[in-house]
Amino acid sequence: MDLQTTIYLFVGASFALYIGIAIWARAGSTSEFYAAGGSVPPVMNGMATAADWMSAASFISMAGLISNMGYGGGLFLMGWTGGYVLLAMLLAPYLRKFGKFTVPQFIGDRFYSKSASTVAVLCLLTASLTYIIGQMTGVGVAFSRFLGVTSEMGIYIGMAIVFAYAVFGGMKGITYTQVAQYCVLIAAYIVPAIFISLQLTGNPIPQLGLGSTMSGTDISLLAKLDQVVVDLGFGKYTTTTAGSTLNMFVYTMSLMIGTAGLPHVIMRFFTVPTVAAARSSAGWALVFIALLYTTAPAVAAMAKMNLIRTITPGVVMQNTDPYAADSQIKYDERPDWMKRWEKTGLLKFADKNGDGRIQYYNDKSKNEAFKAKAEAAGWKGSELTVNADIIVLANPEIALLPNWVIALVAAGGLAAALSTAAGLLMAISSAVSHDLVKGIFSPNISEKNELLTGKISMAVAIVVAGYLGLNPPGFAAGTVALAFGIAASSLFPAIMMGIFSKKMNKEGAMAGMLSGLFITLFYVFAHKGLFFIKGTDFVDMIGGPNSFFGITPEAFGAIGALVNFIVAFAVDKVTKEPPEHIQHMVEAVRIPRGSKAVDGAH
Amino acid sequence: MEDNSKAYWSATLGLLGKILAIWFLVSFGAGILFADALNGIKLGGYPLGFWFAHQGSMYIFIALIFYYGKAMGKIDRQFDVHED
Repeated sequence: MDLQTTIYLFVGASFALYIGIAIWARAGSTSEFYAAGGSVPPVMNGMATAADWMSAASFISMAGLISNMGYGGGLFLMGWTGGYVLLAMLLAPYLRKFGKFTVPQFIGDRFYSKSASTVAVLCLLTASLTYIIGQMTGVGVAFSRFLGVTSEMGIYIGMAIVFAYAVFGGMKGITYTQVAQYCVLIAAYIVPAIFISLQLTGNPIPQLGLGSTMSGTDISLLAKLDQVVVDLGFGKYTTTTAGSTLNMFVYTMSLMIGTAGLPHVIMRFFTVPTVAAARSSAGWALVFIALLYTTAPAVAAMAKMNLIRTITPGVVMQNTDPYAADSQIKYDERPDWMKRWEKTGLLKFADKNGDGRIQYYNDKSKNEAFKAKAEAAGWKGSELTVNADIIVLANPEIALLPNWVIALVAAGGLAAALSTAAGLLMAISSAVSHDLVKGIFSPNISEKNELLTGKISMAVAIVVAGYLGLNPPGFAAGTVALAFGIAASSLFPAIMMGIFSKKMNKEGAMAGMLSGLFITLFYVFAHKGLFFIKGTDFVDMIGGPNSFFGITPEAFGAIGALVNFIVAFAVDKVTKEPPEHIQHMVEAVRIPRGSKAVDGAH
Repeated sequence: MEDNSKAYWSATLGLLGKILAIWFLVSFGAGILFADALNGIKLGGYPLGFWFAHQGSMYIFIALIFYYGKAMGKIDRQFDVHED
């Protein structure tokens, strides 16, 4: 069977499965729509959380980023998993005990203020909407590469599929579909990694393969990789940090608290039956996430090795001189996968020195000895541009794996993007229908009408997300940084203080949220332009790029959170303490006894 | 009752403190601040600091959450505030 037919078969079968589950798990009540009836077992909720969490970015882009960054890429691995420790211990069990449907509802009730809840809704909507743009474009890329349709058509198909199961199934339909999507995406990630690890090291477990010896040599894979990349002018793979050590530290912290503060993740813990289940469910979520996240660094390092081996075969296997004229392959003799990816524009070759061979190296190296060697070899700049996103998608092709593995990866990439998009839509829809419409505009709305409002707002959100995916507003690249920045600097500290400080009052919480949010937006906008409009950046005004101790805007969320905490406690000190019944409520939230099914009553 | 819930809360905070200390040590400590020093030690083909950043801290995070779930269950029962 040819590759295209196999891909249609795999993707078609996976979609049929999702729709089938959606029909079986239709939501009939608001409790099923918002929280899957509060009856999802912890292991299954963990699996759904993992699918919800692992987006197109985790599946498609992360290994590519690590492959380029080396050791410094570990900040994504630690940051995006370490947040679950915070979530499990500081937020999830207490929010589950609180027993309401949404994050803004907790903030509104705990800080006895509709304004606080409105600020939370705004933060939630901005974080979720910016996040979903990336998912939609991811769906477009995956569809256009694998199904041979245009990127626009891909987004329409994606919207239709999500519409079918998210609008009718609500949280219940989404949860059970996500369980299936997790199985598809994890198989798609691990199967090629096992093949590649076997090829390179003879060890089928990628996590162990990365620490093993290269087949046919007596040198470890990482030591060999260090040597090969240094020969090509790159930094040593196992030690190159992301900016300064301080930046890596703060970046990791920002990702951790951002993860713990993202509403579509927190919301998943409203679906389990008890407080104890919320605790263990976070553990299961991390088990399922770590399966992919511990495989990713192996995929990253091995893909780098395979790429270099394709272009300069003798250097990896026989220690030949990388600067010798015949050590690089001829462009005319390049493998088929390179031709396929050149068509997408994600892989580009330009024969700068006109020798008909491919030179791939770090032409920005500052190492004089290396520059002299490259000069002597007649190299005129790196001739191959490899987009980080193709590392995972092209990996099975680079390793010359069978067609069904490539088809499986296509289905996995789509599962990752669709499951995250559905979770985000759920967060948006519940914030609009439950927190805005029921909470503020029309408190007496009947359950039936609230359910209908939820479905309508989800449908509108899908259309808006699709529109933004079709016309990505120039700032698509900066959006994930923004989502994490907002979650880290506003939502996480507010929720945490709501639980851990009995005396925190509404004035403190509001001032903290707003100042954390403001300082983070200020720093991000200074670098990327006001609301990401090109030309409105004012980075010189704050003393040049990364002027705050060399910290990049993506890493700034942790600083925003710190400002939030400091301002909140300062304001809290000079204003009056919260009413008695609120303090009793905090005491009740801290104790598991008396937990009941989640409901929406205000 | 008042005393009991105070004692329960301080037992909880004690447990959180201990777990967060380990959480910090393996990721920010071994994976970032002391990674260079630890890289001198080898774990199979892995330099140890690199291993903590790319593998080890994640395994330890998982262990920490399950340990927390178990230890909290014990504290809940000890202070008689567990769910029915």
